[in-house]
Parts: sequence; C-alpha cells; structure tokens
Amino acid sequence: MRLPFQISVEKRTEDYPKWLPALMSLLAVVIAFLISGLILALVGGDPARVARFFWSATFGSWATFSDTMVKATPLIMVGLACAVAFKMRLWNIGAEGQFYLGAFFASLVVLVPILPPEAPKPLILLTMAVMGMIGGALWGFVPGFLKAKFNVNEIITSLMLNYVAILWNNFWIFDRWSEGGFQMTATFPRSYWLPRLADYAREYRAFAGITLHLGVVFGLIAAIAVWWIFQRSRWGYEIKLIGDNPQAARYAGLNITRNIILVMMFSGALAGLAGMSEISGVVHRLQERISPGYGFTGIIVAWLAKLNPFTVILVSILFGALIVAGREIQPSGLAQLLQGIILFMVISSDVLLRYKVSITRAA
Amino acid sequence: MNPEIILHAGIATGTVLLFAAIGEVLAERAGILNLGVEGMMLLGAMAGFKMSLASGNPWLGVLVAVAAAGVLSLAHGLVSIHFQADQVVSGLSLTFLGTGLALVFGEGLTGKSPPLIPNLDIPLLSSIPFIGPVFFDDHSILVYFGYLLAPLTWYYIHKTRPGMHLRAVGEKPEAADTLGINVYRLRYFYTFLGGCLAGLAGVAISLSVSPGWYSAQTTSGQGWIAIGLVIFAQWNPINAALGAYLFGAVRRAILDLQGPRTLFGFTNPLFINSNWGFFLQMAPYLLTILALIIGSRAAMRRRLGAPAALGVPYIRGERGL
Repeated sequence: MRLPFQISVEKRTEDYPKWLPALMSLLAVVIAFLISGLILALVGGDPARVARFFWSATFGSWATFSDTMVKATPLIMVGLACAVAFKMRLWNIGAEGQFYLGAFFASLVVLVPILPPEAPKPLILLTMAVMGMIGGALWGFVPGFLKAKFNVNEIITSLMLNYVAILWNNFWIFDRWSEGGFQMTATFPRSYWLPRLADYAREYRAFAGITLHLGVVFGLIAAIAVWWIFQRSRWGYEIKLIGDNPQAARYAGLNITRNIILVMMFSGALAGLAGMSEISGVVHRLQERISPGYGFTGIIVAWLAKLNPFTVILVSILFGALIVAGREIQPSGLAQLLQGIILFMVISSDVLLRYKVSITRAA
Repeated sequence: MNPEIILHAGIATGTVLLFAAIGEVLAERAGILNLGVEGMMLLGAMAGFKMSLASGNPWLGVLVAVAAAGVLSLAHGLVSIHFQADQVVSGLSLTFLGTGLALVFGEGLTGKSPPLIPNLDIPLLSSIPFIGPVFFDDHSILVYFGYLLAPLTWYYIHKTRPGMHLRAVGEKPEAADTLGINVYRLRYFYTFLGGCLAGLAGVAISLSVSPGWYSAQTTSGQGWIAIGLVIFAQWNPINAALGAYLFGAVRRAILDLQGPRTLFGFTNPLFINSNWGFFLQMAPYLLTILALIIGSRAAMRRRLGAPAALGVPYIRGERGL
C-alpha cells in the first residue's frame, strides 16, 4: 500500500525557535493528561468528573490554591535540588532521603533541644533551616564521596540511602521520641513553627484559614540563589562545563572530584531545607510519611522545567496541584501514573527539537 | 536461627532478585541501561496477581506478568533507542509509569488470595543431607527455573553466536552494524527480554515468595537492589545469581533475628525492644552500597566493567565512540 503522503525525518541543521521547547513541554503535559483520562475511563472512572474535581480542589478558590502552594513549596526546593545535580549530570535520586534527614536534623533543634522555645523566633527558625540543610548535605555527601573517590554509581547509592533515612527516622519516632506510643513526636511548641498567613487572620480577615507558610519564601530565595550561581558565578560555570564536557573540564584543570562532592552536598542541602520547611511549616512534628514522594516528584519537576530554576517554580505549582487532588482522587495511583506519563512525553518530545518531521504529498 | 531454614528461604527470596538482575544483565550487555526495573517488577507483580485471581490459574498470571512488563519495557526501548533520549531519565520515568499503572490497575487487590505458583520437591536430590532440604525441597517451580537460568544465560552470552552479537552490540555497535547485525532490533529484543524477566521477578513475589498485593510495598526497592547487583556482578549472570541468593539469605536472616528470646546464649536485644530492628532492616540497602563499592573498585583495578556502549544511543551513519 502506498501512502498518499510522505513523512520525512531530518536532523535539524538550523536552530529551532526559542518558544518551541516551552510549547513542546506544554503539549507534553496536555497529552499526558489526555492519556491518563483514557486510562481512567478504561478502569471505569469518569474522567470529566475527575477533571472538574481536580480544578475545584486545586485552583478553585484562594483556600484551595493555598493548599496547592503549600504542596508546591517542598517541591520547589526538591526540584531545585535535583536540577542542581542534573546540571552536572549527577543523578541524585536520593532527594527523598535527604528530605527526611533534613527534617530529622531540624527536629533536633526542638527535641534535644538545641534552642529553648523562649529563644528569639528568627534565631530558632534560622537554626532549624541551617540544621535541615546540614542534614541533607550530609546525606548528599555520602553518594558524592563514593562517586568521586571510588567511581561508585550515585544513582543506586543515593536511592538506597532513601530507605536508610526513612528507617533511621522511624527508629526515633517509634522509640526515643515516641509520643505516648504513637509513631510521632509530640507537637512542636508554636515558637518552632514557620509563620503562616492564617496567623495574621486577626489583622487581615482574608487570611483566615490560609495555610501558606514562610517556607515558600525559602523556595523563592533558593530559586534566585540557584539562578545566580548558574548565570553569574564562576562555580556555576564550572558545574555546567563539567556536566557538558567532563573531558574538556579536566583539561581546563577543574577539580572534578571536589565538585562532585560539593554539588551533591548542595543538592542535598536544598532537599534538606525542604524537609525542614515541611515539618516546621506544615506537620509541626516529626512523624512517618512526612513526604508523599516529594523527592521523586522533584526529579520530574526538574526535568520538566528543563533545569531552569524559575520554571521549577511554575512546574512545582502544577505538581503541587496534582498532589492535592491526588489525595482525593480514586484510584490512588492516578497522580503517580500521570507523573510518569508526563515525564515520558517530555523526553519523547525532545526528539522533535532535534529532528524536523515534515509531511509532504507523495510525488 | 536454623541455617537450613534461612538458606532455604534465602534461595526463594533471592530468586526474585536473580530474575531481575539477569534481565538487567541482558539489557545492559546490549548497551541499554534500564533503570525502570522497580516499575516493571511492580507491574508484573500486580498483573500476575490480578490474572491469577481472575482466571484461577497462576500460570496464566505468570504469562500476563511477563508480557505486561515486557511491553512496558518497550516504552523505554522506543525512547532510548529511536528517540535517543537520556537513558537515565527514561528509565526513571519507566519506574514512575510502571508504579502508577500497577497502583491504578491494582486498586482493591489487597487482601485477596489468588491461587499461587505450586511448590514441589525434586525426588532424588531432595534426600541429600543439607543440600537437599536447602535447594531441592518444597521450592516454587520458579526457583528451579532460576537454577537453570543463570548458567544458561552465561553460556548464551559467552559461548554462542547470538550471544557474541549481543556483546558486540553493547561494546561497539558501529562495528556490529558493519557486520550486518541489526543493532536496533537486537537492542529492542534484549530490552524486551529484560522487561520480561523483571515481570517474572515481580510475579515471583506476589504469587510465590511473599504472596499478596501490598501496593508499592510489594517490591520495596528490590528492583533497585537488582540493578546494584548487576554492577556488583560485573555483568556476569553467574555472579548475579550468587549475589542474589546472598541478598535473599540476608533478608531472611533479618526476619529470623527478631524472633528468639536468646541469641547465641545472650539475651536478644531485639526481643526486648523490637525498634532496634529498624537498624537491622537497613542491612540490605547498606549491603547494596557495600557491594557497589567492591564492584566498582574491582572494575577500576581490572580496567574491566560496564559494556563500552552502555547508555550511549547508537545513531546509524554518525561516527561512533
């Protein structure tokens, strides 16, 4: 059979227009939503109803939008963590564990206690943030060190450490810090909480019930810092060079070993900060399942954002919405499925940036 | 703490890792790094469980599990072979995709009990002292299949003509291409085969080793451990099998250590406070990291290691490595 038209695939020789990658990503997300809807219909769900629910539960009102932003907050920091590592082609998929260890270290401030509740609040919050970053950096150091010194694959080590971090946390909340035999610590005193908009409801009535907390500002600051490092600093330039062409970087005399460790620690620190923000801003105690897989979603966020720190913020809001809606949508794996399809669509669409597909009439 | 029981159970548990690791050895030998093992396993575990429940025939479950994971792996194949995408990212997204599919289609399966893969004894061999009870007594049929799979795969890779083609495609695809070997087709084939074996590993969990559907906890990271094992085993299926059994035994020993009141004549600290068990449960993951360090150091010393074209897309007509 002869087709009435001809499909030709050619390698792009000219540069593609600047808007094309963004359009592709957007299309990828839309198509992923459509495919997920199809699968949902296949298992007997009602895609239209789920879509309406999705909208009203995430962007429908200021209160629900605030819920979305609360979920987006850790994603911004974890997404940045992944983006930083991926820039150097270091596959840190241990952000989940770094998040947990950041939460653990931040909890030390409350539970040891390192600072009493009477200490000045800015000092408390700053200490907790720094401790969170130290915890995450420590957990990022291990795979970084092993990669740099023994050439051990960081994908597997960082992933294995996720399980170790969760078990470590479990020991403390089941055993040492258990509150009345429950798998959680006691609620932190209020002076260890990140301020929320709802705290100012007396002054501004509109803020009543709005749970958005200061952590989102941490995320914005982190995004600006990452942007600055990559666009303006020498270190960021080194990281990008090593990522793009390690051979050339070595000839240029860059210390790759040291940079591997530093980047993994920086990446871990950002994920650890997310852990601190989550327990101090949302959960207010250390407990099981403080993360519904933020560390893994962060990988998708970073990739979908093409490792751009400001796009990470936008993508995080979309994925925050997915998490908010995903808690209510049945079947429960739908949000995860959607994430997988989105990522697949995005990497597949990249091929269209490298090749030009044209359809012409057959001669 | 009976060594016979621990080894017996270790062999059964290790069989899961064995299938997944050998599947990954095949894919990686062809130059395709597939990090989606965990997702493929979970999909296999769910599909097999569901099919066995629906049809009442566990073997139909095995078939569906193998097919489902195999088809899923082709998504990775398409994206990494034809679209030349980054294999790390593609493999990761395969894990998300497989996990998502398994959770969506596995809704409501928890607590159900479908017919399982039968266990059997090997007549003469099972009466050999120690060896018999450990290796040939009351094991799932899949375990015996595992005994055959490792040496057969080794023979296939190292001693047969198609095995040589497989290695060529993973080491120097452009040379293989000039010899008339279809690089693309072989890479698809071994990616698919790797996926099938991951599906078999998954269904070995849900219909035999620890029967049941516990959503994402069903596999609990074993797919990742299998990928670690491949590096530890230096891409050799026999080593992968031995490593798999060792890990299986460790997993089992962890469970058994928590039971008894006394241990080697001392009071068992785990009996008094079971929370110490959290540290024990870290063992498989820490052991994987240790195995990776050993494997990587051996690779550096012997200047051997990963197939040269592992993770590198082959583009016909462009200069190779």
